Amino acid sequence: MAEARKAAFFDVDGTLVRTNIVHAFAFYATNQGTILGTAWKTAKLLASIPVFMATDRVNRKVFNELFYSYYEGQTEDRLETLAEELFEDVLKPAIYGGTPRLIEDCRRAGCRIVLVTGALDFTVRHLARHLGADDVIANRMRFVQGVATGRVVPPIIEGAHKALVIRDYCVKEGLQLEKSFAYSDSFSDYPMLAVVGHPAAVNPDARLARVARAYEWPIIRTTEG
Amino acid sequence: MREPKSLARFYEGTEQIVTIDRDSPPRVLFSGEDLLLEDLPVGTKVIYPKPPIEGLSNVKSAIRWAINHPEGCDPLHAMLRPGMKVTVAIDDISLPLPPMRTPDARQQVLEVILPLLEESGVDDVHLVIAIALHRRMTEAEMKRMVGEKIFDAYYPDRYYNHDAEEPGGCVTLGETEHGEKVIVNRRAAESDLLIYVNLNLVPMDGGHKSVGTGLTNYEGVKAHHTPDHIRKSHSYMDPERSEMHRSVDRIGRYTDRNMNVFHIETTINNRMFDGALGFLMKREEDYTDGDRLKLAGMRAALRNMPSLAKRKMFQAVPAAYDVIAVHAGRTEPTHAKILERSWAQYAVDVDFQADVAIFPIPFVSPYNVNSILNPLLVQVMACGYFFNFYRGKPLVKKGGTLIITHPCSDLFDPEHHPSYIEFFHRLLPETRDAEVLERKYEREFAENPTYVHMYRTGNAYHGAHPFFMWYWGENGRQHLGRIIAVGADNEHVPRMMGWESAQTLSEAIDMARAVHGRGAEIAMLHHPPIVMTQNLG
Repeated sequence: MAEARKAAFFDVDGTLVRTNIVHAFAFYATNQGTILGTAWKTAKLLASIPVFMATDRVNRKVFNELFYSYYEGQTEDRLETLAEELFEDVLKPAIYGGTPRLIEDCRRAGCRIVLVTGALDFTVRHLARHLGADDVIANRMRFVQGVATGRVVPPIIEGAHKALVIRDYCVKEGLQLEKSFAYSDSFSDYPMLAVVGHPAAVNPDARLARVARAYEWPIIRTTEG
Repeated sequence: MREPKSLARFYEGTEQIVTIDRDSPPRVLFSGEDLLLEDLPVGTKVIYPKPPIEGLSNVKSAIRWAINHPEGCDPLHAMLRPGMKVTVAIDDISLPLPPMRTPDARQQVLEVILPLLEESGVDDVHLVIAIALHRRMTEAEMKRMVGEKIFDAYYPDRYYNHDAEEPGGCVTLGETEHGEKVIVNRRAAESDLLIYVNLNLVPMDGGHKSVGTGLTNYEGVKAHHTPDHIRKSHSYMDPERSEMHRSVDRIGRYTDRNMNVFHIETTINNRMFDGALGFLMKREEDYTDGDRLKLAGMRAALRNMPSLAKRKMFQAVPAAYDVIAVHAGRTEPTHAKILERSWAQYAVDVDFQADVAIFPIPFVSPYNVNSILNPLLVQVMACGYFFNFYRGKPLVKKGGTLIITHPCSDLFDPEHHPSYIEFFHRLLPETRDAEVLERKYEREFAENPTYVHMYRTGNAYHGAHPFFMWYWGENGRQHLGRIIAVGADNEHVPRMMGWESAQTLSEAIDMARAVHGRGAEIAMLHHPPIVMTQNLG
């Protein structure tokens, strides 16, 4: 692990890769092992898309809670086993062309590389290893006797909580928050960006682009290599 | 197309300095993308550019002659061997200003030397744009600079921008006797021959500065881009009296001892405007009725255009520069010949120093081609470039007043100048002391991974670049007693620069006279085009 006194915190979905947590779940839903299971999960996911979209607009935390409930009943072994395939088939091809260089630039600057994501930890572990991240701060599914409960260990990593966990992480690791960097594509990560000394918007959505321009944060494009 | 023969004949019979009297017409002053029309006080000395030196009638012949009769070395063709590795480095878009009409001088040189390389069996040829810490040139700009044929043949694998932040992309050749690190682009250092194709706009450019600055990295530039070097440069347009050039020369001599470098230097005249804008090359006494009509129409149009449209309009008009000299060979003798021609074009002899100098600030600088002249660049034009447009004694006395005309809008280009924004809004409110800024913040900006990334993959100036821009105003700031910005559209930009504000030029002159007295000597550099003063007395 790098002996850095500063870190670069990266949101994952939309920032480093062009996927989001729905892609990960869709992968699991379509890989249930049985035709019936796959059909049922896929149908359930498709039917829920309007609900997801509506909830996401209103409250990201509620969206996450609702979304993760769809993992209920899946075994930990299966989720872990499929995580590698998820990485190879879904995440790895979706890594933006400019991502490796951005991470390398941060590493050369002496930053510890930390992924901060609302996704579940087992879904991003392989990606983190591939990108050479030093640490991952992600949501953790609660399992009972090896079976997912559909509830994540609180607090849910999203929005304002990302800022809190980053602050706690810096205290714990002896890193300087004001010297650290944060990168995200989404306005929902405004707290995470605002808490560090050097925020930057990466491939920003319209709202974040407006905020970045207003606060004069740098805007980076990584979609092209 | 060479139009103003009559203009050249007219200029030959006139002096470069006009002293304003009661009957003098008002003067035209640039103020960013606007044109002011101002009556100057009686007795003001207005210093005009010399008329454009006649361009070479056959540039390609001159290039061939230069590479066949080089200074201090064998002709280029005699240095070529089949199978050798050659890198051709080229100056970037910061030269000339505005960009010249096509074909660019660099294209003409390449059109001569690339076939020669090919005929000599040299296939391993890369064209590297020596951007140093400047922004990467865009694909369209690269194509325009070398022409479609060369672009198609070499881009992108063998025609690209130097990358000062590429891991392993530069090598350290060693250190000078003064401890300056000599760091050069790896491809260039590992080549059997480096050919540097330069375009000299002002005497500061070219010579050892080409390789020593253009093909190095942050550590290499930092060796001589310091507040101390600039303070000891009198001026940095005059390499003989420039501490920055002394350092660059040491680095360059070390490079020349360790690498095989062949320079092809070109320089151009000052024909910045022609055609519809040709009247801007004239002095106001000589305006025809048509010129006055054009000026009035242009001012009315500019008044009603949004600033973005004005900027686009000015930047869309390429300059009608002509190549006036081409020399080739070893660095120093080649550059000496080019400098001679450059001074012949720009230097106007003066025998006085003014209490008050007026510098109109135009729309373009080396660092905002196709972009915004942001407040830091206004500063570098005023305290840096224009202040340093002298040889011998500065135009303005020590402790004198500088009046500039520019709106000083708080506008930055987030793609080209992201680190400038942070420098201006975060650092300048804390201090304007160049040494404090260098000590506390320069490296932080230089190593900021966001800025590094934007430099490497976007079109951003390097994170450290705004520091160098601030240092470049250092000898001006140290010399001048006071700076007054005329026509600023806000109060905070001049204030953050440490300047005063005035609504009008006459108000600024009154403010200056309050310090220097009613008899204060006032001088104005009437540029663009470029004019430099020479006071060797």
